Amino acid sequence: MSTQAAELAGPGAAQSPAPAPDSTLTMRIWRGDPSGGAFVDYEMPAVEGEVVLDVVHRIQAGPAPDLACRWNCKAGKCGSCSAEINGVPRLMCMTRVDELPVEEPVVVTPMRTFPIVRDLVTDVSFNYAMARKVPPFSPEPPGPDGTYRMMQVDIERGQEFRKCIECFMCQDVCHVIRDHEANKEIYAGPRMFIRYMELESHPLDTNDRRELLRERMGLGLCNITKCCTEVCPESIKITDNAIIPLKERVVDSSYDPVAWLGRKILRRSKRSAADAAEDAPAISAPTREDQAQWGQTAQWGQTASS
Amino acid sequence: MPDHETHDYDVVVIGAGGAGLRAAIEAKERGLRTALVCKSLLGKAHTVMAEGGAAAAMGNVWPEDNWQVHFRDTMRGGKFLNNWRMAQLHAQEAPDRIYELERWGALFDRTKDGRILQRDFGGHRYARLAHVGDRTGLEMIRTLQQRAVALGIEVFMECKVLRLLADTEGRASAAVGYWRATGEFVTFFAKAFVVATGSIGRSWMYTSNSWESTGDGHAMAAWAGADVIDMEFVQFHPTGMVWPLSVRGLLVTESVRGDGGVLRNSEGRRFMFDYIPPMFAPDTADTEEEADRWYDDHINNRRPPELLPRDEVARSINSEVKSGRGSPHGGVLLDIASRRSPEYIRRRLPSMYHQFKELAGVDITAEPMEVGPTCHYVMGGVRVDAETQATTVSGLFAAGEVAAGLHGANRLGGNSLSDLLVFGRRAGMAASDFAVGRSGAPSASEAEVSRVCEDALEPFGRDGGESAYDIHRALQETMQDLVGIIRTESELTQALEELDKLDDRAAKVSVTGTPVYNPGWNLATDLPAMLTVSRLVTRGAIERRESRGGQTREDYPKTDPELGKVNLVQRIRGDGTYTLDREPLGAMPSELAALLEEDSQ
Repeated sequence: MSTQAAELAGPGAAQSPAPAPDSTLTMRIWRGDPSGGAFVDYEMPAVEGEVVLDVVHRIQAGPAPDLACRWNCKAGKCGSCSAEINGVPRLMCMTRVDELPVEEPVVVTPMRTFPIVRDLVTDVSFNYAMARKVPPFSPEPPGPDGTYRMMQVDIERGQEFRKCIECFMCQDVCHVIRDHEANKEIYAGPRMFIRYMELESHPLDTNDRRELLRERMGLGLCNITKCCTEVCPESIKITDNAIIPLKERVVDSSYDPVAWLGRKILRRSKRSAADAAEDAPAISAPTREDQAQWGQTAQWGQTASS
Repeated sequence: MPDHETHDYDVVVIGAGGAGLRAAIEAKERGLRTALVCKSLLGKAHTVMAEGGAAAAMGNVWPEDNWQVHFRDTMRGGKFLNNWRMAQLHAQEAPDRIYELERWGALFDRTKDGRILQRDFGGHRYARLAHVGDRTGLEMIRTLQQRAVALGIEVFMECKVLRLLADTEGRASAAVGYWRATGEFVTFFAKAFVVATGSIGRSWMYTSNSWESTGDGHAMAAWAGADVIDMEFVQFHPTGMVWPLSVRGLLVTESVRGDGGVLRNSEGRRFMFDYIPPMFAPDTADTEEEADRWYDDHINNRRPPELLPRDEVARSINSEVKSGRGSPHGGVLLDIASRRSPEYIRRRLPSMYHQFKELAGVDITAEPMEVGPTCHYVMGGVRVDAETQATTVSGLFAAGEVAAGLHGANRLGGNSLSDLLVFGRRAGMAASDFAVGRSGAPSASEAEVSRVCEDALEPFGRDGGESAYDIHRALQETMQDLVGIIRTESELTQALEELDKLDDRAAKVSVTGTPVYNPGWNLATDLPAMLTVSRLVTRGAIERRESRGGQTREDYPKTDPELGKVNLVQRIRGDGTYTLDREPLGAMPSELAALLEEDSQ
């Protein structure tokens, strides 16, 4: 496409009434780097059926070849193209332009919770660091034929969480880290909570991560505003099906000896978080050295010194 | 040593889709210092988009299934041009690889008695695909990703590798690339490399492939002197979306047909009954009644023609559209709404439901989908040893889509995900063995490393050249129009001339801005691989004067028995010229050959 087709215009460019099929739209995109940035307006022809990512691609192919954004599948399956569109975290590839009020500029900004790399690209390494801290899946031994039997009904909860495409929009919208940078040290965030709940509900898993969740992953900081659930493109019920049940289980394990005993007797035995850590040679997974430093946690401290 | 960042490993795996992750896991488990380098973030590679499932003859649904039947189906689907040993290993080992994923936490859909459920797919005699709804690739990549993280594999994300360099003895020794976030260069030294870089589809206009599928591994291996075979075999998946235009090419999973969907033309006719080739006629139903009974009784009925291998279905759709019986936007109709309940469709095909609802405003539980062929997969690729995935370059291994052999002239749906696991693991094993046996620290010429970096930066200094996007667009038009699903000699020859011109244009490309996360520059550095791969495909397509699998020649519409006995082997010489030779396929042991002769059902 020719570069003349889309000219730069200043912020607040003239607003047009409801568009005819051949009209234009204004894309107001935040551009910048860690040192700062500003909105830039791009006047683009409107094309039937397009999503926001299509228009961003046309801007790259025309007036701004260096406009930075991430994308891969363009079908809502990979979770790469997360951004804030008119202030709401959304996948650019699944946001139809014709569903937005195009008489006003379409405002696209990077996810606010993560540090800027450039333009719409943010540094999401926080999420990968938190993933490395999850004590991994550790299955009970398989049956006599070397395979497992699991009933569909028993895996459906886990399957719901495994729909997660790691777009990190739930992390982006979570007030605990969106508004309090320091909390990133002590808070895993909704994406990781559904990962913990997925493991917690896995019929074969033997690791107990509840202590870790309470002591190190900041589960208690979530105050259940459900913002994460609202933005999930996979419609995972993050709060209701993961965070609240996790909070209940963590409380049970800490304060209710009867529930704890019942769990011990009625369910398969779960391995302690310290034992679980042995499965996790990952870079940042909790280690026995870690545990020695967490002297305040009796269970961890004892295991570390034993 | 180069004056930029360097790393030193035993095994470096390039590409973090299913094959790369599985290879890295294997090397790490064997105790080697292992790094995984990928162009996108971890977990976003193309495997994540795979929908239908992973083919493995576990026999959980049909106890009659076994590796021999899977082997036979794979060879028939590939029109017997497959590397028989790879097809055998794949069929034998796929079930273990699926069970292994389960031990690593994967949650596949279940049978009533709690085992892994398997679904029907084109070209597979029995329901064979382990799956999770229609998001099997996501489950696979997440399981492998989480396993890799648990093992502590070091992952270098958003790092584009430009070139593989050899030491003075010709062993692959260094990978030179750059960080997309900063534009800074980085060189990985290693004793063994595995390329697992996936597909080449971005060179076509209508494709199911993401921006990453630029054939980096194909090109880097070829530039390093590796043999590349059968590049003419490009799979056009029969069912991509055709409307809206902006999503044209986006994949519509074969599971729609496996789960009961049928193809109709504008007259409402199930036209696939008109296109049953003789080779598959004994296996294929010739009435709608028999085809419909098959879903519940595979033993006494033959398969619906909608589940013929992908090459057959794609050609048939193409022919219907050309004959004027297409849908309003130039495809055909894929109908599951009239055949299955809305609840069933939403449970079995949740992402398809979502994708059509959101992107096309179509409710697939109530209306048919419009679909047409889309560039999806390349069967050809880097020539590898069946057991080890070793390429013809010492120290260089290849696994997954970038490697050739398993699929012959056409890949069956579901055989890709199992390919990644079986041969990713084998590549990881062999690369580890090679690294352990290799003496001395790997090294590369500093001058060569510098040249790679200077070449990459050159577009910044150039004024007045074209944008990489314009050249890419022209390449896509060329390959779509002249090297598409139906080919002729004159158009292929014209394509080669166009590629020459595009080479010249790419040599003068200009880039604006800085190297810091600059997609225009990133695309400029992808162009050399795309152009090389397009040339390999086109040259192969000219030389193979027959129609077979993923190669359909209008001017040579029949299969040629002589060409059915050879691979087309291409090499790029040091001076940049290409060679092409016919080399005979390996002889198949008689017990395997007997499996192919067996009368069907």
